[in-house]
Amino acid sequence: MNAVEIRDLTVAYDENPVLWDVDLDIPMSTLFAIIGPNGAGKSTLIKAALDLIPRAAGTVRILGKPYREVRKKVGYVPQRGSVDWDFPTDALDVVLMGTYGRLGWIRKPGRAEHELAMHCLETVGMADFAHRQISQLSGGQQQRVFLARALAQEAELYFMDEPFAGVDATTERAIIDVLRELRAKGKTVVAVHHDLESAPTYFDRVALLNVRMIATGDFETAFTQENLVKTYGGRIAVLAK
Amino acid sequence: MNLFHELLFDYTLRNVALGCMILGTVSGVLGSFAVLRRQGLLGDALAHAALPGVCFAFILTGLKTPIALLIGAALSGWIGMLSINQILKRSRIDSGAALGTILTVFFGFGVVLLTVIQKSYAGKQAGLDKFLFGQAAGLVAEQVLTMAILSIIALTVVVLLFKEFKVISFDPEFAQSISIPTHVVANMLSALLLISIVVGLNTVGVVLMSAMLVGPAAAARQWTNSLKKMLLIAASIGTISGLTGALISVLGTKIPTGPVIVIVLSLIVLLSVLFGSARGVVWESLRRRKRRFVEGQR
Amino acid sequence: MSVVLGIALVAVATSSACALCGVFLVLRRLAMMADAISHSILPGLVAGYVLAQGPNLLTGFVGAAASGLLTVVLVEALTKSRRVKEDAAIGIVFPALFALGVFLVTKFFDNLHLDADAILFGVIEYSPFDEFKLGSLMLGPKSFWVMLGLFVVNAMFMTTFFKELKVSTFDPELSKALGFSPSLIHYSLMALVAVTTVGAFSAVGAILAVALIIVPAVTASLLTYRLKQMVAISLVIGATCGLVGFWLATLVDVSISGMIATTLGAVFLLVFLFAPNRGVVAQIIRRRRQSARFLAEMLAVHLDSHEGTSDEDEESRIGHLITEMEWAEPQADAAIATSTNLGWIVQTGDRLQLTSEGRRIAQSVRNR
Repeated sequence: MNAVEIRDLTVAYDENPVLWDVDLDIPMSTLFAIIGPNGAGKSTLIKAALDLIPRAAGTVRILGKPYREVRKKVGYVPQRGSVDWDFPTDALDVVLMGTYGRLGWIRKPGRAEHELAMHCLETVGMADFAHRQISQLSGGQQQRVFLARALAQEAELYFMDEPFAGVDATTERAIIDVLRELRAKGKTVVAVHHDLESAPTYFDRVALLNVRMIATGDFETAFTQENLVKTYGGRIAVLAK
Repeated sequence: MNLFHELLFDYTLRNVALGCMILGTVSGVLGSFAVLRRQGLLGDALAHAALPGVCFAFILTGLKTPIALLIGAALSGWIGMLSINQILKRSRIDSGAALGTILTVFFGFGVVLLTVIQKSYAGKQAGLDKFLFGQAAGLVAEQVLTMAILSIIALTVVVLLFKEFKVISFDPEFAQSISIPTHVVANMLSALLLISIVVGLNTVGVVLMSAMLVGPAAAARQWTNSLKKMLLIAASIGTISGLTGALISVLGTKIPTGPVIVIVLSLIVLLSVLFGSARGVVWESLRRRKRRFVEGQR
Repeated sequence: MSVVLGIALVAVATSSACALCGVFLVLRRLAMMADAISHSILPGLVAGYVLAQGPNLLTGFVGAAASGLLTVVLVEALTKSRRVKEDAAIGIVFPALFALGVFLVTKFFDNLHLDADAILFGVIEYSPFDEFKLGSLMLGPKSFWVMLGLFVVNAMFMTTFFKELKVSTFDPELSKALGFSPSLIHYSLMALVAVTTVGAFSAVGAILAVALIIVPAVTASLLTYRLKQMVAISLVIGATCGLVGFWLATLVDVSISGMIATTLGAVFLLVFLFAPNRGVVAQIIRRRRQSARFLAEMLAVHLDSHEGTSDEDEESRIGHLITEMEWAEPQADAAIATSTNLGWIVQTGDRLQLTSEGRRIAQSVRNR
């Protein structure tokens, strides 16, 4: 069974398609990168998979089932810029939100949840900042808090929207360590990624996306000069030395 | 001691003080969520949009059943909110313009109904003005009781759904991904906001309602970085301004209560922005000056 | 001069003066500042009257403009301190100033007719009885001349600084680079809003003044993208609604200012629903029409991307549209019918196949 199976996915905003008839299989226990230029529909692909936006056509199966049936096994790291970091809360509290999906209505996080959240903060190297107001964290630290929140979801499959965007070297190393640890535990990670150079070392498989699926598979077969030119147009010249 | 005695045993003063304190508490809590969700001006718009509902309720039931007026106010505020949402969803009109349009048009329509009432019910509508422009001094025990019951309901919901309200206010997209029905929860928050507006209408009136919602939240935010504490502090600030305003206006002067409460509240906001322990402007500039001084020494 | 003509003149002059400020305010996404300013001019107005020891027009205007600008300064200061966000800053500043105004009124003008009702609703009904006299000549309502004057001032400002207003509204950075200080223009515009509101508010009340500033401009923005047209449409809507509202109000004998606001609302609703391009109905019709074509396009792209692959046979089955593309049956039927009519596909048994035209369409829509 694949972790994610997407068939014939088309997504349109006001009849302007941002994804055209995309097919994608993501095997279990892989670190999977979705790569493409700005406006290629990378975030849209993730959001459509998570039922956050409506689909014009197509099916998405996650762990063999529709999303709503397996949502407790799926973790999500949105783009860091999507929230107001001035919100009155601290790092630990944000991580605790990862347990809300399991808790259900009204029940409040208890000691077990607090311990789990602390553990997740430790995993990303942020335990010392547990009670720091989130606006006082650096961009990389904020990203690690978001990652810890996803870990607290204790999912089988993680969707991450640009986890490496604008982070410092320490954070980048911390994140990649966490991803590898997740893979070792048999989990699957699907991440939107924009750095072509680091992609082959960080990830196992790749999808090149530009509104439609250009190529997908392991780096050997899919991440070729020809496919990159198809994905990025002429702009790739500098990058592909 | 005398003041304390009067507060407990003077009928008018007790009602006014209690009413204003209840309003301060509930609007402090729900205003906090509105401010955090960048809906600081929604309360102002909904308070104005409540007018036609109040008038219709009056035309249908008269003044005999005050609860009908409250329900009318809430319903028409709700319709105002739906209209704002539709405008934002179906056009490129920005939120300020949408709020302004609904606010003025609903209020204008309410004024039309008001003149209809004045014509047909001459003399009997005296209580209606109070309802709109707030006359805390005229609060009676029955009204205070209604306010208390509504507020307890609203605050209980906040306590029960605190976690849901927090996550949709901070990160609605994540909330939706963990299957919290974001729209439903957001609508519940708006409904509670409407309850606090309805509670405020006959105390401080339409115009000053905005301050009752925004003021305590803006002040409380400067003293803490925790949402729970922010809600508690906002409730306290609302309560204290309500009490102080009621005391000053009933005892000292003939100035209407609403404006006094808002002036007290505004001073608290100003002091909080300057000296708030979490984010006060003064502390930051002192720190900066000290740093500059230390660097100069080197 | 007859009472009816007097009121009509006041209504037209007021709505025109207001509509002019409104366009730039709405385009700058500052509509709620009009609401804030309309309330917060109260303390300045009262202070002006206190200084002149009575309702003096000039000191009133100066005071009101000053407190209007004070609102803008306070909101900016709070926002820039990054302690309070802009909407919350507006939401606290104007009630504070309004409360201060009410305080001043009760302190100094308890006997004067300056109560909250009149401030909020206005009493345009009385305006004809306060006539402008020149010697023994009766020249019509004072409010009319005041609003006409304000209209001229606004119009002169807008025409003189049209270019600067336009640039600073759409591209503040460019405006700065060109040497037009955006903040100077911002404050001038706000001063005009304040002064116009003071003029309007003694005639039609604070809330209607705001309605007259915001609603015509918002409505016009649904009808055109061109700035000059937007100004013209706002003026027409403002003046027409002023007259129609007045006429309706006398017909059923209700508040004139309330009826004008209601009429503005009705016109807004009509335009919101039926505007030629951006109206709700036009959107629905367009979506209907497009969605049949869009379904056909999706089908073409789908067939094209699987043509020549090993799973082509399975992917081109009609049943597949329902199971894998998750289309409801009517959607699938519509897609097939439209595509067949357009000559994009041919159907053999339960298999669909692209024609050369269909292939061309698929490639062109995919690359657009």
